[in-house]
Amino acid sequence: MRAGLVLSEVGQGLRRNISMVVSIILVTFISLTFVGAAILLQFQINQMKGYWYDRAQVAVYLCTAYTEGGNCNETEATSQQKADVEQALKTAPLSPLIKHYEFEDHAQAFKHYQEQFGKDDSAGFVTPDFLPETFWVNLKNPDQSDVVIERLSNQPGVDDVVDQRKYLQPIFNVLNVASLTAIGIAALMLIAAVLLIATTIRLSAFSRRREVGIMRLVGASNRFIQTPFILEGVVAALIGSVLASGAIIALVHFFVQGYLNASPSGIPFVSMRDALVVVPIVIVGGAVLSAISGAVAIRRYLKV
Amino acid sequence: MIRFEQVSKLYARNSKPALNKVDLEILKGEFVFLVGASGSGKSSFLRLVLREETVSQGQIHVLGQNLRKLRGRKVPYFRRNLGVVFQDFRLLPQKSVFENVAFSLQVIGKSKAFIGGAVDEVLKMVGLAGKSTRLPHELSGGEQQRVAIARAIVNKPAILLADEPTGNLDPATSAGIMTLLSRINAGGTTIVMATHDAGIVDRAKQRVVELVGGQIVRDERQGGYQTQSVPVKLQAPPPKVPTLGTEE
Repeated sequence: MRAGLVLSEVGQGLRRNISMVVSIILVTFISLTFVGAAILLQFQINQMKGYWYDRAQVAVYLCTAYTEGGNCNETEATSQQKADVEQALKTAPLSPLIKHYEFEDHAQAFKHYQEQFGKDDSAGFVTPDFLPETFWVNLKNPDQSDVVIERLSNQPGVDDVVDQRKYLQPIFNVLNVASLTAIGIAALMLIAAVLLIATTIRLSAFSRRREVGIMRLVGASNRFIQTPFILEGVVAALIGSVLASGAIIALVHFFVQGYLNASPSGIPFVSMRDALVVVPIVIVGGAVLSAISGAVAIRRYLKV
Repeated sequence: MIRFEQVSKLYARNSKPALNKVDLEILKGEFVFLVGASGSGKSSFLRLVLREETVSQGQIHVLGQNLRKLRGRKVPYFRRNLGVVFQDFRLLPQKSVFENVAFSLQVIGKSKAFIGGAVDEVLKMVGLAGKSTRLPHELSGGEQQRVAIARAIVNKPAILLADEPTGNLDPATSAGIMTLLSRINAGGTTIVMATHDAGIVDRAKQRVVELVGGQIVRDERQGGYQTQSVPVKLQAPPPKVPTLGTEE
């Protein structure tokens, strides 16, 4: 009985304020899409960090006959020097930090080079002895690369020691800025959405002030009076958040999986599973936000 | 039923109190007229009983509740024991007679079966049994007021408050409304009615409480709109309270 009455009041209110309701739906739709996109970007960043930091290694480049810098002086690293480097990696100060390391000789380096750049024109100029032999060192804790760099930089036969994470940092910075921008836009739009919901509910309460007045007079409880108004905002916001969820799923399905994943890049992208984690966040967030703003907006009408 | 003890009501931005140290007791089953000029405090009195306003000073007890101590969220449940009728009827224009009366029961969560029976019964009592499907604008003023009364009493309140219920009606219709109110009173409901209508008060021969400037100047059993006896009480000067400053 009461539920039916409340729902019919909600339906009436939605129909009466149709233009405001449509604007609530659109604003929550857009703002929550941005929220979802920001969350997905953060997932993407974490996923890439995990992926790359797992692979990112400290490269100990050894001298070639063509290297001028470092400790090289255009002399190929001798096998004694290589053994010394390897010895350093195996023993005390460094070995506890290292998960594993591997040695890449000229032939392997050339093979990787060809794999990476394929039949590019420049491939013809590069010969195996042009590419340095390298110790690829994988650390237990990637943050401790400084120790390796310090220990090996001055070792004879070593050209340079590079922490490859530094190449990734700019990418993460860009992604972080993008996700912060999305959050910023989302926050602004959410403020607009909250104010719009509050205004709509006040309008709705104003257009029904006779009913509200009589309800208060005959002793309807505050909860009974306010529920239809709050539900009105929640229903509109829920429609918006369902649309936003659809947009997020579509984004992942068509853009990430259909476009980005179509060309093999070796970069792990967010999957549909991540999108399905975002959907409930967006829907519950939209409902809770609208319920709170509605409850605050209607409170003034319920002072007894 | 209703007891006022030294009740004062001050509104913000108005140094003159709407009610000033009012003492009054209304017993169960009484029919009390509140008379007095506009601005004398009649409406404030009713609003205080209804707990639409809170007292500034003093205590009000209604139906065993101290209204000063009544918590805000308990107010709706308190009001279910009161019925109210206004000069302007306050019906919902898009609802039928039946729906208007039923509305007040729906919103306090009564069952559909109960509502059907109670509304039919009360409409019969106020004499509108055949007009339950009409809309308010299809009814005369007197009939609209009967709907409002039906809505006020359908939940069988202990007290019925009426704020100039005949203010918009012609004398013949007013008499009909008064007959109805007397009948309700005879059923045991306490009635407090604010009015300007001298004829009604004089004919009814009920208790009359007269307010002037927020103070009770007369409380007469079987009184008239104007006092029959010499204005005795008027001579008793109101207690002087400098802070409230009622003297002109």
